[in-house]
Amino acid sequence: MPEVLKAPLVVEFPFTRSLGPVQSAFLTGLRERVVLGVRAGDGRVLVPPVEYDPVTAEEIRDLVEVAPTGTVTTWAWNHAPRRGQPLDTPFAWVLVKLDGADTALLHALDAPGPDAVRTGMRVRVRWAGERVGAITDIACFEPYDGDGAPEPTGHDGVFDDLVTGIVAPARLDYTYSPGRAQSGYIAALAERRTVGERCPSCRKVYVPPRGACPTCGVATAEQVEVGPRGTVTTFCIVNIKARNLDIEVPYVYAHIALDGADLALHGRIAGIPYDRVRMGLRVEAVWTDGARYPDHYRPTGEPDADYDTYKELL
Amino acid sequence: MTREAPEAGAEGPRDIAVVAFAQTDHRRTSAELSEVEMLMPVLHEVLEATGLKTADIGFTCSGSSDYLAGRAFSFTMALDGVGAWPPISESHVEMDGAWALYEAWTKLLTGDADTALVYSYGKSSPGSVRDVLTRQLDPYYVAPLWPDSVALAALQAQALIDAGETDEPALAGVAARSRASATANSHAQLSGSVPHGDYLVRPLRRGDCPPIGDGAAAVVLAAGERARELCPRPAWIRGIDHRIEAHGLGVRDLTDSPSTRLAAEKAGAFERPVDTAELHAPFTSQEVILRKALRLDDGVAVNPSGGALAANPVMAAGLIRIGEAAARIHRGESDRALAHATSGPCLQQNLVAVLEGES
Amino acid sequence: MSKEPVAVVGIGQTKHVAARRDVSIAGLVREAAGRALEDAELTWADIDAVVIGKAPDFFEGVMMPELYLADALGAVGKPMLRVHTAGSVGGSTALVATNLVASRVHGTVLTLAFEKQSESNAMWGLSLPIPFQQPLVAGAGGFFAPHVRAYMRRSGAPDTVGSLVAYKDRRNALKNPYAHLHERDITLEKVQASPMLWDPIRYSETCPSSDGACAMVLTDRAGAARSPRPPAWLLGGAMRSEPTLFAGKDCVSPQAGKDCAADVYRQAGITDPRHEIDAVEMYVPFSWYEPMWLENLGFADEGEGWKLTESGVTELDGDLPVNMSGGVLSTNPIGASGMIRFAEAALQVRGQAGEHQVDRARRVLGHAYGGGSQFFSMWLVGAEPPTS
Repeated sequence: MPEVLKAPLVVEFPFTRSLGPVQSAFLTGLRERVVLGVRAGDGRVLVPPVEYDPVTAEEIRDLVEVAPTGTVTTWAWNHAPRRGQPLDTPFAWVLVKLDGADTALLHALDAPGPDAVRTGMRVRVRWAGERVGAITDIACFEPYDGDGAPEPTGHDGVFDDLVTGIVAPARLDYTYSPGRAQSGYIAALAERRTVGERCPSCRKVYVPPRGACPTCGVATAEQVEVGPRGTVTTFCIVNIKARNLDIEVPYVYAHIALDGADLALHGRIAGIPYDRVRMGLRVEAVWTDGARYPDHYRPTGEPDADYDTYKELL
Repeated sequence: MTREAPEAGAEGPRDIAVVAFAQTDHRRTSAELSEVEMLMPVLHEVLEATGLKTADIGFTCSGSSDYLAGRAFSFTMALDGVGAWPPISESHVEMDGAWALYEAWTKLLTGDADTALVYSYGKSSPGSVRDVLTRQLDPYYVAPLWPDSVALAALQAQALIDAGETDEPALAGVAARSRASATANSHAQLSGSVPHGDYLVRPLRRGDCPPIGDGAAAVVLAAGERARELCPRPAWIRGIDHRIEAHGLGVRDLTDSPSTRLAAEKAGAFERPVDTAELHAPFTSQEVILRKALRLDDGVAVNPSGGALAANPVMAAGLIRIGEAAARIHRGESDRALAHATSGPCLQQNLVAVLEGES
Repeated sequence: MSKEPVAVVGIGQTKHVAARRDVSIAGLVREAAGRALEDAELTWADIDAVVIGKAPDFFEGVMMPELYLADALGAVGKPMLRVHTAGSVGGSTALVATNLVASRVHGTVLTLAFEKQSESNAMWGLSLPIPFQQPLVAGAGGFFAPHVRAYMRRSGAPDTVGSLVAYKDRRNALKNPYAHLHERDITLEKVQASPMLWDPIRYSETCPSSDGACAMVLTDRAGAARSPRPPAWLLGGAMRSEPTLFAGKDCVSPQAGKDCAADVYRQAGITDPRHEIDAVEMYVPFSWYEPMWLENLGFADEGEGWKLTESGVTELDGDLPVNMSGGVLSTNPIGASGMIRFAEAALQVRGQAGEHQVDRARRVLGHAYGGGSQFFSMWLVGAEPPTS
């Protein structure tokens, strides 16, 4: 069995989130160092403010200001902060019930160590130096001994220059491994051979192999070399350039049934004007140095395959 | 839930049972196998146990997560292992497989199918599951802070300690008991004497947390007489229900699980005592909460399999609880068992099934 | 045991647009759900369970977003299920909800599907790089265009048929206030002059990327009896799946689609769909899929579907109107697209489709598909309750 293949896979996007009125007011408030809650149907003040009552499901819009000081309702000491978390030195995760609120807000508490943290301790917001209208405008909480915190100003939650959206970048790192069958396929490609697998039950040859015959639901194992020539079964002419693809347009994206394979794989056709590519065209792989896959397929010069010979592969 | 009574004159609702269960060995990594390669053996195992072929199955339903896999539409490739030809009646939930089983149960209740294949799988090894699960959280106020799953469970554990409902030695006891039980479970990833370790996020130590790993599971359900044909001692589903709570952690009482209690009530769990309970409690502190919500006393065998503390393939661990409970009934080791599955941060969503064997 | 008959008594959707920048994800789904409740004249307390569906979580970057949406959808303390069957998900979600009522587990269920594609970028979500795989084409158009060419070769259809479909659907959309694209100056010439993106698919023959949600309230006979407006009754519903790619797969007319339709017709006692079904709302993301699905669903013989399109049979005032709402070609919040098809079928038999109402629509088919033309879900709804 060839060595197990692995490669990094990064899933990353800066998501653009629109906020709606309540979340918009809350995050704008943070920018202005004002903490807002919302009054629920049962009279409780929810902080952070949500758009829908967790008990009655009714829409709630009655914003009220609460204090930037509060009490820890539970905590957990995080000695090894992870990427993206509020502080990069050890800190406590805390749920804080702000003065004037009936529910607790999740954030970080900057404290010298776990011995300095307890449920019931008093804390206050430490504002970020640069605030943009995001939950991270609260840099963290810090211990508070009762002096010097501003009182709520009785803000009504109406602001000029409302923040209506946030950009939430998210990156997750994975290590992708394609598994046994595809690893074998990729290893053979390094020798410029295309190797599929035959189903022990229906005898069909799958290229690329996926480890299972999808119609029989059994493992495939018997390796079968196919190609190097094949037939274009169908295709399209791509006229729009994709951001993540370094291929000049127009080009032909084709389904190619390699000789000996029972279904078509996908490839690019070149070595022929794009508008002369046709169903039934006979092609062969063209390799370039260092590439994992054939760069493209080109005409072999053989006569076109008869429609009846490949129509079952469409 | 237990079903509403049909109208007078109609036949009664159908009895539905778990008739087969299989799971992989759960391992820290399965890089040498694709998801379908990992899954296929357990599909074959439940089909062989019942003598059914794919074409004999009336409905198929699976549970898995694109975010865990790092790829969109990841479940479509897993379908290769089923052999969906001729085409099959099939559905998928982006949830733990326990909810796939629930969907299949409703399908069988309609009478449209007599048998169902349910499977789920999860590979935690390709990504960092602690970070992946942060993407489940409120995307405006919470996810931007990246609070990982252990941190959230630790907040819950501290709340429980503050409430006087447990302490760190008691939590260590839960861990030790689970892994001791797991010595009888050849599929477990973590069993026997496991050091309780250092704090991961205080008050939770490494031993309070589930192992991270890959695995898959499959179950066959059958209705009425069909179940009796396929299994010598079917595990009859007497009730099954699931409930969700508010999402905000600061809105909920983290020391309680009202959704578990409500689901258990609706599933009829409190009508008679159970002898066995398989609880999906990835963290020791969550077992304490679930025991209280489910009113389980010391007479109940809790997590004889070792539970999620012994193997926690995300998206499959809940289905495995139902499978383990059913397997105890199949083997005659239980007459009435409760199975529980959870989803979301700090037990936000919970499912309870009550299974019985016939004497 | 016989199944409980299932009725649709509430339908709601958002005005679909490219980007709903005024609402959160919760606000978007809530708008559709609220309208469905309003239509049914029910409150949140009347709902026993919630079944939600959407396409891949990467589109919004929220894993299992139903957890966060529980509050907005009034699901707290209730059962909530999340379905994901690729592009067919909107239809599948409705069918999963249907089974909760048909099995008598619940009396009244809210089902909802959505996509807020403006939170990311559909092209990104659909084309996440996978190591070791050769990137060759981006977007769904490149994936489906070769199948369209295969259909054209097989059927001998003239290459003008695709533009006829697009022209018809965009005109239908003008009658639907919820449709995303309202191209008031649309002409056939404009469609035909639009650029070829993935030859043979032109720009105007492709679907947009939308933010939108669709919701329905499903209920049992007792619930239907209390309904303030005429219900739509489920006469048949089914899902079928086949593998993504396999030796012998018919990408033009997949067997799973044929089997799914046959199951629905069997349940509903339909033997001649072309004459017994009054209208069809089908999932046509690229215009050529209209003639392809007409054949796949049994409304035309193989190779003949394009003739129905060409002769005007599928026009809004034709003998078998197709995509009265303007279809996916005019509105495509991916995860919701299937449910919008199902909801349009129900609107039609309830007589509530407004300007795009088909006269005497008594039985209407809703259709969705997804993945590599492999997942199908369909329902047939009627103005009268099922007889058996």
